[in-house]
Amino acid sequence: MTLVVFGIVLSGLIYLVYTSTSHRYKQPRFCHKIKKEDQENSLLHLQSPYGLSYKQPSVVSPDGKVVPVAPWLAPVVWEGTFDPTLIDSIYKQQNITIATTVFALGKYTQFLKDFLESAEQNYFVGFRVHYYVFTDHPENVPAVKLSEEHNLTVLTVPSSNRWQDISLSRMARLEKLIESRLFNEADYVFSLDVDSKFYGRWGVETLGRLVGAIHPGYYQTPREQFPYERRPESQAFIPSAEGDYYYGGAVIGGLVKDVHEVAKTCREQLDIDASKSIEAAWQEESHLNKYFLYNKPSKLLSPEYLWQDFKPHTNEVKIIRYSQVIKNYAAVRPNK
Amino acid sequence: MKLFQNVSTFHRVLAGLSITGLIYFAYTSTPTRLPYNQPSVVGPDGKGVHLSPWLAPVVWEGTFDPTLIDSIYKQQNITIATTVFALGKYTLFLKDFLESAEQNYFVGFRVHYYVFTDHPEHVPAVKLREEHHLTVLTVPSSNRWQDISLSRMARLEKLIESRLFNKADYVFSLDVDSKFYGRWGVETLSRLVGVIHPWFYGKHRKKFPYERRPESQAFIPSAEGDYYYGGAVIGGLVKDVYQLAKTCRENLEIDASKSIEAAWQEESHLNKYFLYNKPSKLLSPEYLWDDRKSKPWEIKIIRFSQVLKNYNEIRPNP
Repeated sequence: MTLVVFGIVLSGLIYLVYTSTSHRYKQPRFCHKIKKEDQENSLLHLQSPYGLSYKQPSVVSPDGKVVPVAPWLAPVVWEGTFDPTLIDSIYKQQNITIATTVFALGKYTQFLKDFLESAEQNYFVGFRVHYYVFTDHPENVPAVKLSEEHNLTVLTVPSSNRWQDISLSRMARLEKLIESRLFNEADYVFSLDVDSKFYGRWGVETLGRLVGAIHPGYYQTPREQFPYERRPESQAFIPSAEGDYYYGGAVIGGLVKDVHEVAKTCREQLDIDASKSIEAAWQEESHLNKYFLYNKPSKLLSPEYLWQDFKPHTNEVKIIRYSQVIKNYAAVRPNK
Repeated sequence: MKLFQNVSTFHRVLAGLSITGLIYFAYTSTPTRLPYNQPSVVGPDGKGVHLSPWLAPVVWEGTFDPTLIDSIYKQQNITIATTVFALGKYTLFLKDFLESAEQNYFVGFRVHYYVFTDHPEHVPAVKLREEHHLTVLTVPSSNRWQDISLSRMARLEKLIESRLFNKADYVFSLDVDSKFYGRWGVETLSRLVGVIHPWFYGKHRKKFPYERRPESQAFIPSAEGDYYYGGAVIGGLVKDVYQLAKTCRENLEIDASKSIEAAWQEESHLNKYFLYNKPSKLLSPEYLWDDRKSKPWEIKIIRFSQVLKNYNEIRPNP
């Protein structure tokens, strides 16, 4: 009898230890009864295991040339790697809609005019685009003239006192928007930071199943120095021996279904962290980086697609397409 | 009657409708033809170019990390079906093909070879790894090597319909008169995969041996063309390779009904398909070489290559 009780307790302990390790990442399980289409989609979803050791990929090689392919063979989009005429005509055959979300809360509404006007000049020109503007001040959304086939919907959300909370809520809002509308209305979705402008072409060369942008501040940094979340207690934890690229939270893109998976997973991980009063180093950007490390993007955008106005130009970035404008954080954020 | 009195109006309406019809027909029956630069396979620095102009990766040694990419696909429990056609005397290539495949081809993954042959008794007993299987499919003999080549699309189509939809995730159709000399792994997997032909990758598109007669369904005008793809390798998701095989088979039948045989049989039709339905991944000539060619600087490793042979000895006809 004692042996039986002991056996049960031991099994229970083993089970508990196995399931409770805090940095265990929840990965989707595959059901055998899923449809053939889902089966194919899951084939294209590239999951990578924890703890794998391999050389960090370069973004720019020692001879100064840009590296156009990631080590899992996802293309990295740089000027000169694609033919715009060809690629436009391929996608024109497809009658696609690209949904685009921006979050303009509090004083961030002041960035909308430049964002939208420059988008109208550069962003998916000639294709159907639907902007979704999340704001707590709908009256501050400027009336920008949009080209034919471009639409804009304003979504009112509550205000917030902390810029970190605004940032953290983006995943949940993106997830809900996809569920309530985008599954039926769009093919691709991009979530973009609003405090930025377009200076050059951003077109269908950026479309893919799951798309991330390489952060302009870290593309020549060794992985141990990436500003990943480093506390094992956080769901966003990445050990210093791991990491491909540091991705910018300012750009997430892909098929609606795949971006939903990112948003949902990140939102769940953010909730777990919040329940333990942990806020990751760079909010949802930390969680995004964790997701992209273990669920490889199918296409990467070079830092041409995510720059920062205060950065001086570099040799390898020949064209700046989208860039965060210079701003006084004290003047625009609700808190420090 | 009023209608017949207004003959000129009637004629104008008729002409207008005809012109509209013709414009519509012209617009929809030809795929969009637009001029763009022919992509290079080897850049000015002598190194392989790693992306096609529509951003499909081109797989060269050094572009991928084998450890990483193997571990990604190991998570997926995939099956790769592989068809070869070994009719008549071509059965003599099977031993080297299969033995070298067992050393190099999707090592560590589940592979199912389907060997089409008219002489099942000549299929050698090659020891296969665990998780590798082989099925022999007997087909009728043929007197013309061109007919054997042409029948491959139909046979691939039927095999996918009858078996592969339920049993495999990816399928490759490979030439049997070749050997593996190096790794051929999961870096080659994608939705739709073509290989760049080793003999034509330095040539101008107007010199590609495409079918040039407009009467053929495989016709490509001399101003068009991305790459010359080798018919020896077709790969991808089962569903996408099925679409390719079906389309090529249909076009082959249309040509046959007009007694046209394209310049390089089903390879011509394959090239037409890939020009207007871009592959999602290209394999560099490392993945389709020819033992007769000397190795140039840009080819760092030869993985799969057509062996030297005497065509007179092995083909049923010249």
